[in-house]
Amino acid sequence: MSLDYENDGDFNSRLIDEVLSQYPDKTAKRRKKHLGVAKGREAAEQGSDALCETGVKSNIKSIPGVMTVRGCAYAGSKGVVWGPIKDMVHISHGPVGCGHYSWSQRRNYYVGLTGVDAFVTMQFTSDFQEKDIVFGGDKKLEKLIDEVEQLFPLNNGVSLQSECPIGLIGDDIEAVARKKAKEHDKTIVPVRCEGFRGVSQSLGHHIANDAIRDWVFDKKETDFEPSSFDVNVIGDYNIGGDAWASRILLEDMGLRVVGNWSGDATLAEVERAPKATLNLIHCYRSMNYIARHMEEKYGIPWMEYNFFGPSQIEASLRNIAAFFGPETQDKAEALITRYQPLVQSVTEKYRPRLDGKTVMLYVGGLRPRHVITAYEDLGMEIVGTGYEFGHGDDYERTGHYVKKGTLIYDDVTGYELENFIEAIRPDLVGSGIKEKYPVQKMGIPFRQMHSWDYSGPYHGYDGFAIFARDMDLAINNPVWGLYDPPWKETHCSDAGGVCSCGRDDE
Amino acid sequence: MAALRQIAFYGKGGIGKSTTSQNTLAALVELGQKILIVGCDPKADSTRLILNSKAQGTVLDLAATKGSVEDLELGDVLKTGYGGIKCVESGGPEPGVGCAGRGVITSINFLEENGAYDDVDYVSYDVLGDVVCGGFAMPIRENKAQEIYIVMSGEMMALYAANNIARGILKYASAGSVRLGGLICNERQTDRELDLAEALAAKLNSKLIHFVPRDNIVQHAELRKMTVIQYAPRSKQAAEYRWLAEKIHSNSGKGTIPTPITMEELEDMLLDFGIMKSDEQMLEELLAKEVQATS
Repeated sequence: MSLDYENDGDFNSRLIDEVLSQYPDKTAKRRKKHLGVAKGREAAEQGSDALCETGVKSNIKSIPGVMTVRGCAYAGSKGVVWGPIKDMVHISHGPVGCGHYSWSQRRNYYVGLTGVDAFVTMQFTSDFQEKDIVFGGDKKLEKLIDEVEQLFPLNNGVSLQSECPIGLIGDDIEAVARKKAKEHDKTIVPVRCEGFRGVSQSLGHHIANDAIRDWVFDKKETDFEPSSFDVNVIGDYNIGGDAWASRILLEDMGLRVVGNWSGDATLAEVERAPKATLNLIHCYRSMNYIARHMEEKYGIPWMEYNFFGPSQIEASLRNIAAFFGPETQDKAEALITRYQPLVQSVTEKYRPRLDGKTVMLYVGGLRPRHVITAYEDLGMEIVGTGYEFGHGDDYERTGHYVKKGTLIYDDVTGYELENFIEAIRPDLVGSGIKEKYPVQKMGIPFRQMHSWDYSGPYHGYDGFAIFARDMDLAINNPVWGLYDPPWKETHCSDAGGVCSCGRDDE
Repeated sequence: MAALRQIAFYGKGGIGKSTTSQNTLAALVELGQKILIVGCDPKADSTRLILNSKAQGTVLDLAATKGSVEDLELGDVLKTGYGGIKCVESGGPEPGVGCAGRGVITSINFLEENGAYDDVDYVSYDVLGDVVCGGFAMPIRENKAQEIYIVMSGEMMALYAANNIARGILKYASAGSVRLGGLICNERQTDRELDLAEALAAKLNSKLIHFVPRDNIVQHAELRKMTVIQYAPRSKQAAEYRWLAEKIHSNSGKGTIPTPITMEELEDMLLDFGIMKSDEQMLEELLAKEVQATS
């Protein structure tokens, strides 16, 4: 169902130059490397040289003074990787703000009784005061862990998420973790994810992955009986229920999902992961590290997949099934056939309403490329996309998704993004809460693509139906017809198409 | 009342900063000066000789006990000792934990905000060892101490430390009013000590304020938790400290912006003075020894 179109690369190149011209020379020179125009799939498939041309520089420190929307290492560890593990208590160790303002922000759904055996939407912090900085916070941390044990005895473990001051004052949280783990006979994981480390949240993902490797794997005997159809889903955070919509598909073709990292996950799922047959990676950016480790140490192969939109779902299901053999492949085909009526009814309903609409994306993790085909399944065209904290390998993979001429922007600044949007004026922008209102004030429909704008799931066939509905709601909302005030509309029609109000009413 | 003078003593650990500063300040009292000592060392031993006992209740210890520094009253931490000298110890964490530098910042802010500096002629900061981080540079930042006195000796590491402290001062001198008051050499009876101290002072664009001779009486007084001024006011050593006090008192506004030297320059200087041997020299000596051993 792949859509055939091309974007105006020349226009986009000129646009980049125009935007850069407003910067001081030094800034323009540095930012130029992060902006580019895609050469198209053919070029991407020709080899690594062509990929470089498509790609842009990434994973580099943001320039002071620009508006970046990147997060920090703590955000990457506590917010993304560790936070969703539901039966553990995640302590934000340091002053109160980091924990408070990242409290329950990613909509990681879970099954459990909050405050009894699940703790995802609760906030635990050591609430550092001046005296804790001066005298060190280790004792307070010990006390906090004791209190957690007393108040929430059904917790299965604790993670210690370091905020900046921990690294500055040299607290020995590893020693605290060892001591208290022994005392309470629980898994306690110290994570050195101080916010000042690295250039974005990306390093926090890596540090969090390493903490799983060093503090969870091979630490406890598990009485888990593996089967040859066991898979781990790595990098699905169950935002709005994504993981559930994905899991039913995998189970339908006879696979057993023994771990879902880390949406709706338990510590036990993480512990037994090395016994699985295959690792399926959705968010490559945040969890490829641990998959590579499991491949090296336990010989578990890994495979990337994409559950956004029917085209990618079908391709992914077939790929996964091929790994397990003909029997699974038959089940996969049956599964795909079974969902065809759903796919057809969704596309029949929404494609006419969305066909030819253009989309600009600016998100993190996997979405700047993974959702592209889902839009195309609805007849929509991606005119620009970019990552907050992607690396070179993300942009390489993006080359295979985007069409020739697509505008690519890495760690885009507020100024750049606003100007790109204003110049291109797409029919929809998909980004985060910080972008939502400025874009809507420009008169352009918007969907938050981090939190699914409080909707979801968007993964799987069921998710696709919701995704299609949500995009339709945003774009075809009658409110956009009321955007121009009535007196200006009158003025426009009176002027016979030649108008000074600045809006092109074609 | 003359304008408040703020001075600070820095120097390598164990060089005798606290002993020198307390003796000098005790002598300053005889010049009719009202003095406040702010001890900026987690060991809290900067005021022991003035108070005739180890200070109890440092700013940070009390703040931690009471909850926060906002819960403290100035009277809780301000002690009066020999000659009416007011003493405050910042205190801090046990070795190896927390952030003592932040502690210094917290304490000094507390003292300023609560008027500890009112009604005194001198504020003297006694700071531990090296300027290891921003916290321990607090007394030389933000227009606090106007003059820094570096206590040193003819030993190599003391010279290194002195040069390093000068670098710390230079950093803040260009932005603020802090100056290097001069070097105070505490005699260790090393080779050509006075010459070396004067040479370093010249290199740093400063001067040797005073060369304090070694005298066991300092030790005797210290064991009794007293300054020499209090223990043996008519001793020769007491006279030395009075002399130093007068020099510091008349050194107001005469501080300089230091010109710290590079590691190489410092080592060359030590070579010139025969304190340090060059690799060639050491090799020659080693060969000579080997020849001796084999013959």
